[in-house]
Amino acid sequence: MTLENLEAGTAAVISSVDWSVLAPEEGKRLRALGLDEGAEIKVIHRGVFGGRDPLALTIGRMTIALRRAHAAAMQVEPA
Amino acid sequence: MSRIRTAALVGNPNAGKSALFNALTGARQKIANYPGVTVERKAGRITLPSGEPAELIDLPGSYSFDTTSPDEEVTRRVVQGEFPGEARPEVLILVLDAANLEQHLVFAQEVIAIGRPVVVALNMVDLAERDGLILDAAALEQALGVPVVPTVAVRRRGLDELLAAVGEAKMRTDIDGGEAHHGFNLSLPERRLAAKNMARGAILSETSERRLHAGLDRVLLNPWLGPVILFGFLFVMFQAVFAWATPFADALDAGIGALSDGVTAVLPAGLPRDFLTQGVLAGVGSVIVFLPQIVILFAFILMMEATGYMARAAFLMDRMMQGVGLSGRSFIPLLSSFACAIPGIMATRSIADPKDRLTTILIAPLMTCSARLPVYAVIIAAFIPATSVEPGIGLQGLVLFALYVAGIVGAMVVALVLRRSVTAGGASGFIMEMPRYQMPRLRDIGIGLWQRAWVFLRRAGTIIFAATVVLWLLLSFPRAEPGESQVDASIAGTIADGLNVVLEPIGFNREISLALIPAMAAREVAVASLATTYAIDADNEEEEAEGLTETLSGRWSLPTALAFLAWFVFAPQCLSTIAVARRETNGWKWPIFMLVYLFALAYVFAGITYWSAVALGL
Repeated sequence: MTLENLEAGTAAVISSVDWSVLAPEEGKRLRALGLDEGAEIKVIHRGVFGGRDPLALTIGRMTIALRRAHAAAMQVEPA
Repeated sequence: MSRIRTAALVGNPNAGKSALFNALTGARQKIANYPGVTVERKAGRITLPSGEPAELIDLPGSYSFDTTSPDEEVTRRVVQGEFPGEARPEVLILVLDAANLEQHLVFAQEVIAIGRPVVVALNMVDLAERDGLILDAAALEQALGVPVVPTVAVRRRGLDELLAAVGEAKMRTDIDGGEAHHGFNLSLPERRLAAKNMARGAILSETSERRLHAGLDRVLLNPWLGPVILFGFLFVMFQAVFAWATPFADALDAGIGALSDGVTAVLPAGLPRDFLTQGVLAGVGSVIVFLPQIVILFAFILMMEATGYMARAAFLMDRMMQGVGLSGRSFIPLLSSFACAIPGIMATRSIADPKDRLTTILIAPLMTCSARLPVYAVIIAAFIPATSVEPGIGLQGLVLFALYVAGIVGAMVVALVLRRSVTAGGASGFIMEMPRYQMPRLRDIGIGLWQRAWVFLRRAGTIIFAATVVLWLLLSFPRAEPGESQVDASIAGTIADGLNVVLEPIGFNREISLALIPAMAAREVAVASLATTYAIDADNEEEEAEGLTETLSGRWSLPTALAFLAWFVFAPQCLSTIAVARRETNGWKWPIFMLVYLFALAYVFAGITYWSAVALGL
């Protein structure tokens, strides 16, 4: 299952990330924010329109917004 | 012992760096661009406990030295002493958000590993406490090996201690005779693990986290309530911009008028007097009346940024903006451009991605700004009958609506084209941290407002001033023979003859060509200059508009009038916008590109409108 499919309110652990589908800059930015293998996250909000894009998730004490396209590259396991 | 000349603030975005910078330096700040990039350089003065002054620079927020944006690249190069013409800071003040330690310690390790003297400002300890987080600064100091000072920038707590530590940090280096700390280059996962352990070690007690923050987000980011609240807020903002700004704009207008009357009374009639009143005062006046709107709009924008709501608005609008290749970050700048493109373009500083930002700047002038309204109003009143298409839908209102839609659709299409051509690629998309909600501090908003107003006024004082003087010269020389009209005899008249050759095919007459020249200062000037051209004598603006409406409906054909409206949807007839675009893109390349493409669009669409109208027999 990928992060893209998680409903708001679901906690999960990122098990793997397919960096090859992300632009290098995007990958760097995601890693800088701590979104990497092993990160414990929780989806807290999803957008209003078109496929409920973007997503907001918490990691530690931080809230991060990203798009479905980024979330689709991340495999997750339920926490 | 050598003295400290420069210190720099470094840290993650949202660590409270700017608030700390404002608290340390006060309102006297120097703002410029770093040479060659569109990144803002903010510098101010601090006084160290020894009584010596030093320069403090506020470096752009960074997540890593493995940079992903021009902002982060500036920070890396300045800190590592690789930025040409920029002195390497002797002491780094590393700002950490106390409530977000685990995340901020990742970058902190990179900064400390450089080996320069570092002092840590453990900032916003009060907010951390509010969130139930009690921290042990001494434990953190031991773990990091550099001094740690707890601060609350907005309440000015810990500032003296911080400055004392900065002074000592330099002294210690002098005694050590070189680099203070020797860091190891750890990998990112290693740094992350170390950050986690250090953060855990520094936390004395922790209770449930961020209830207020999560509760606010539940309402403000709610899929149904969120957009309703956002649009409600924006509605209030626009009401304020138009309702509150009017008295101030009128007062400024009256002030300029009084000044002009004063000059007229004091100086004898002649060229110097005309130069002062019709050139300088009229020109600068036509631009300065926008200041109240700009200030009010920016008060709202700065408030949104300071509270943390701006990131939420971007989140809510992101999907919509994705459609044209932009991100939610572009929404507020573009919306602001409906009042005036100048604050819109200046507000693009919050767009992290440089290509997104440039695209937003380039399409901002297509939003129908308030200066177009007087022009639209006169032409619509003169040529569009006040009839109803359907019950309750007037034709005049419908035409005005169509003009707004034409601007928006034009902007969307241009954005799509630009993102696939000149500003293609490079998007770091929409990956951003959503800052915690905070009470805005009036002082910080005041400093921000003053800086924006000053940027605008300085432009009004330089480029705009020069251009209005040139326009006046064009309109005033050579002097007319008795009986001849001054505008016709002037250089502008000659230019209008040439312009007319180009503009005639799209239905414009010589009077229009002539009116377009002074209207380069600001669009609304077109109304006054048309009135001058048709020799309408009026005591006030209402009479002028009325007289003009009558004259125009007799002299222009309907296709000409429609073409004129289409022209103003696109034409970049605003020197201030060009001047601000030059500042924000740090060069003439993009403003010139903007001028060319907008005039081309204006020409093509005025032409299409004219010929379609003629073909339809209107």
